[in-house]
Amino acid sequence: MPDTLTKFIFGRLTWESLPLHEPIVVATFVAVALGGIALLGVITYFKLWTYLWREWFTSVDHKKIGIMYMVLGLVMLLRGFSDAIMMRLQQAIAFNGSEGYLNSHHYDQIFTAHGVIMIFFVAMPFVTGLMNFVVPLQIGARDVSFPFLNNFSFWMTVGGAILVMASLFVGEFARTGWLAYPPLSGIGYSPDVGVDYYIWALQVAGVGTTLSGINLICTIVKMRAPGMTMMRMPIFTWTSLCTNVLIVASFPVLTAVLSMLALDRYVGTNFFTNDFGGNPMMYVNLIWIWGHPEVYILILPLFGVFSEVTSTFSGKRLFGYTSMVYATIVITILSYLVWLHHFFTMGSGASVNSFFGITTMIISIPTGAKIFNWLFTMYRGRIRFELPMMWTVAFMLTFTVGGMTGVLLAVPPADFVLHNSLFLIAHFHNVIIGGVLFGLFAGIAYWWPKAFGFKLDPFWGKVSFWCWVVGFWFAFMPLYILGLMGVTRRMRVFDDPSLQIWFVIAAFGAVLIACGIAAFLVQIFVSIRRREALADPTGDPWDGRTLEWSTSSPPPAYNFAFTPVIRDNDAWWDMKQAGYVRPLAGFRPIHMPSNTGTGIILAAFSVALGFGLIWYIWWLAALSFVCLIATAIGHTFNYHRDFHIPAAEVTRTEQARTTLLAAQG
Amino acid sequence: MKRFGALLLLPLAGLLTGCDMVVLAPAGDVAAQQRDLLVVSTVLMLIIIVPVMALTVFFAWRYRQSNASATYAPDWDHSTKLELVIWAAPLLIIICLGALTWLGTHLLDPYRRIGRIEPGQPVTQLHKPLRVEVVALDWKWLFIYPDYGIASVNELAAPVNQPIDFRITSSAVMNSFYIPALAGQIYAMPAMETKLHAVINRPGTYSGFSANYSGAGFSGMRFAFHGLSDQAFDQWVAQARTASAALSRDSYLELEKPSENEPVRHYASVDPDLYGAILNLCVERGKMCMNEMMSIDAKGGLGLAGIRNTLPLQYDKLARRGAVFGNDPSYVASICTAEEAAAAARAASDATPADWPMKNLSPLRGAGLLRPGAESRRAEADAPSLGLLRREL
Amino acid sequence: MTATTAGTGPVFHLEEEHAHAEGGSTMLGFWLYLMSDCLIFAMLFAAYGVLGGNYAAGPAPKDLFDLDLVAVNTAMLLFSSITYGFAMLTMDKGRVAATQAWLAVTGLFGLAFLSIELYEFAHMIHEGATPQRSAFLSSFFTLVGTHGLHVTFGTVWLVTLMVQVARFGLIEANRRRLMCLSMFWHFLDVVWIGVFTFVYLMGMLR
Repeated sequence: MPDTLTKFIFGRLTWESLPLHEPIVVATFVAVALGGIALLGVITYFKLWTYLWREWFTSVDHKKIGIMYMVLGLVMLLRGFSDAIMMRLQQAIAFNGSEGYLNSHHYDQIFTAHGVIMIFFVAMPFVTGLMNFVVPLQIGARDVSFPFLNNFSFWMTVGGAILVMASLFVGEFARTGWLAYPPLSGIGYSPDVGVDYYIWALQVAGVGTTLSGINLICTIVKMRAPGMTMMRMPIFTWTSLCTNVLIVASFPVLTAVLSMLALDRYVGTNFFTNDFGGNPMMYVNLIWIWGHPEVYILILPLFGVFSEVTSTFSGKRLFGYTSMVYATIVITILSYLVWLHHFFTMGSGASVNSFFGITTMIISIPTGAKIFNWLFTMYRGRIRFELPMMWTVAFMLTFTVGGMTGVLLAVPPADFVLHNSLFLIAHFHNVIIGGVLFGLFAGIAYWWPKAFGFKLDPFWGKVSFWCWVVGFWFAFMPLYILGLMGVTRRMRVFDDPSLQIWFVIAAFGAVLIACGIAAFLVQIFVSIRRREALADPTGDPWDGRTLEWSTSSPPPAYNFAFTPVIRDNDAWWDMKQAGYVRPLAGFRPIHMPSNTGTGIILAAFSVALGFGLIWYIWWLAALSFVCLIATAIGHTFNYHRDFHIPAAEVTRTEQARTTLLAAQG
Repeated sequence: MKRFGALLLLPLAGLLTGCDMVVLAPAGDVAAQQRDLLVVSTVLMLIIIVPVMALTVFFAWRYRQSNASATYAPDWDHSTKLELVIWAAPLLIIICLGALTWLGTHLLDPYRRIGRIEPGQPVTQLHKPLRVEVVALDWKWLFIYPDYGIASVNELAAPVNQPIDFRITSSAVMNSFYIPALAGQIYAMPAMETKLHAVINRPGTYSGFSANYSGAGFSGMRFAFHGLSDQAFDQWVAQARTASAALSRDSYLELEKPSENEPVRHYASVDPDLYGAILNLCVERGKMCMNEMMSIDAKGGLGLAGIRNTLPLQYDKLARRGAVFGNDPSYVASICTAEEAAAAARAASDATPADWPMKNLSPLRGAGLLRPGAESRRAEADAPSLGLLRREL
Repeated sequence: MTATTAGTGPVFHLEEEHAHAEGGSTMLGFWLYLMSDCLIFAMLFAAYGVLGGNYAAGPAPKDLFDLDLVAVNTAMLLFSSITYGFAMLTMDKGRVAATQAWLAVTGLFGLAFLSIELYEFAHMIHEGATPQRSAFLSSFFTLVGTHGLHVTFGTVWLVTLMVQVARFGLIEANRRRLMCLSMFWHFLDVVWIGVFTFVYLMGMLR
């Protein structure tokens, strides 16, 4: 009887679920726990809880949500990178009969977690955060279309991240690779909680991502300042629009395919089983129908960042704005016609393979056009090599190599010899680090002064830059070579000693990247310490071209005291040229959405629901589901979701800025 | 920085010459053609990549802020001619590459029988292909030689300059069958068959492995591939025939259980129906083979009478459990004996080897059940139908 | 929309508060949500298209489906769409009681649809045609069941809105919400037409 009761209360959660036998995990847990307690202690000591809750957690301000997304991405980057460096270390030492220091149970979780975390909980929050922060400012809006939904989306993303992090200490994560191909991820071959963590973490985060996509599309379509036609939108806004269209048109596919996998695992249906008519190949197709657009979801906004940065720091209009926009749209559409290139080797036949190979190559045409456009934006410019521009040039040199190897992999016969090899790993890190990550660092360095009112410290930024760039080449060029030596991915031990030197070089590169990350953290720390010296009271530190630089840094809650009127796609540049004078009087009350804690509560219930489902704690799942629905319904009874900032307060805020600007001279 | 980089490049160059880039220097004609395509595509792309990278560096240097002598044209943002060039140049390259891809993909389709042994030496009637049936197991490889009636685990041998026809499947999860020196890879999937046609041109021992992660023992899922002279191959076969073990359905079920880092093993004889049974997931007696199931399904299933035709799964490869809300693991019971199913499969296999397993098999005898499509099936199924319920409504 | 006319220079900003009408994006946002939901259904249809013929030597659609019952079921849902239409017409005229009445009728039709569907499911499961029996049944139950779940949520939403209309009347926010639910309800109808044709009718022809 007590046994049944324990089983009812805890499901399949037992003491054995805690990985106490894995010293590495225990040490990590102790470190994380101590760090966590210290952080909570500091927050409590400085009585920051109310501040955090009122000003941040419940905030519907797109700028604060954007910054919180960036913090989430940074925290998860540290986790995802620890996984990476553990893998590099294992592969560098597991030679000559050595098993390395990780057993397969642990190692297989690490490479799965690395992929999942880096894509879903590092790249996605960073990209979403950047779009959230910048897009409303660039289009002259006060906030996004659905501010509450924005807060809710963020917390759902956090909820997914919490579930992934929980898997480190309670139970285990999936041992299937980041896309969890069945039958391996089916209940028969992965009976433990790992894949369930994977499914529910992604489902919870996926809800947030989809809603955030809908929100930003509406914002861009409906909330643009007067005069900003579609073809006057800043290029970052354009790429954001395309990205969010991709999100809305691809994440439901992920939701559906993971639901089917969940049904297979929970109810015993036969979607992807070997027997009873199931078809695992369908999973591979469906998940890549989401997976390939996902790649463009990550890279397109960064293409936007590079466009903004190149144009700003070259002091020149963007070359070929129109062709840039069409290139983006073409990429958006084509990204749905290439998914099969991820599995040419599944035996689809020559005609199907060549069709998908050629569509993939066609994508390189608009991408190439973009590179040329940046090139000719630099041509006859006056290039200031500030940090964002350095990242951009590094991107252009690195990404072209990654793009080339990508096209190579799109040739099916070449893919037959390189598929799943370390060449492939090198290729996609080449585009994701060289494209997405370099772009994020460019974007962070570029918009940091806008968000906080002071620039990032250039010295530590340069240290970080060189560590990252050199580290990247050291870490991934050996993988290209290893791929050509026929070494496949996800291997834990090797028997050919001649490979070792390359893995050692790659590990060295990973250490350099670790220094790059450390330098980035130091940069943030130093910049906060030196914020007075680095301060930018003008709000326009880079001689910017788009609307976000017209307001103060950090922008007031209402972004713009008056809604701007747009006449050109470099709106702020045009305003400066035409002799813009900041309005000093005549302010009106501003209509704004009010903060709400519903988003965080709903996300908390979702996490509880996911946890209950993962561990078969049915009462918890049922209870949190009921609470979830009840809270959501309860929220709809709140009809007062907005307020007005009084004109006096707007005047006060604007006055303060006037004083500041005057002090500047 | 530059000097530092140059210094580092020297030992790298040394390393590069020292390592064995098997993908770039394979020993099989198929892999060599794939390598050629790889090289040609790279060169084609370099036509555009190199100028882009050079221009990037040049523009970044030329138009730096401190260079006041460079032209500054802040409002110059359009040039139709340039736009035409930057869209047309990649387009031309992609047209060339696309044509190359179309040809190469069809010529090097792993399902296509190879047309030549080496450049200038076409396949003739004299070249009788060696048939090998490959099974990816958890976590080892089983190779069955139907022409010789032998089998081996984690070791593959083939005579040089003789076409090899691989038939590939898997017993449990997805794997990828890959011998870089021989030819490109192809997935090995349960209840499905993929094919690979290749030839090895140089004698030697090459490594083969699974290139698709398949679980805990994945790293050890490696095998040696021996390219042998005709004589040496005959010796290898003779040696395998001296092995004491025989591969029957029962010993296969024993072999199939998950194990890691398996040593090489030979089997002197093989149950001729075994591969078909593995492919159709019916090595265990009494289980309905997939080809039988597919042919029944193609004719409309077994109707309501077939619903309960499942039996609880006795044998488990892993500590397998059913889904928490599902029923216990079970399988569909065969409606004919294993021998009949195997005979039917063989008949089908002999008839059209290219399309095996085929959907329509020769008529199978039902054991007590009506054949699909038989008249009055519905009436005889005595479970209450929704039609009755409708009347109640 | 008045703009600054400080001198004769260019106009840089609006003088008046530029009101993006409250809920101005709601309809677009809801449309986008519906399209994303539509994609989920598209995936389930695709799964059914791939797996729909895999009976695992078990029953096929013609052994299981009863078209007459499904026709009745379809009628229920189509009627509910029509009555929702009436609810919207009365809402436009601002007649609270009539709107509520039509909404209630819609809800009842929805419940009738759900009851018949549950009855059909229960019957199939009782016969042994469970979702576990074959890939065809897995995809059938998932596709039809997902639609049923949507109708369930729609009904809960409908009840919530009826309470809100009762408490706060046909205010602007409630009208907007009724419009959204209306779109949702008609969307489910369209999906059902797809299910009826693709699963039931074509299933019988298979």
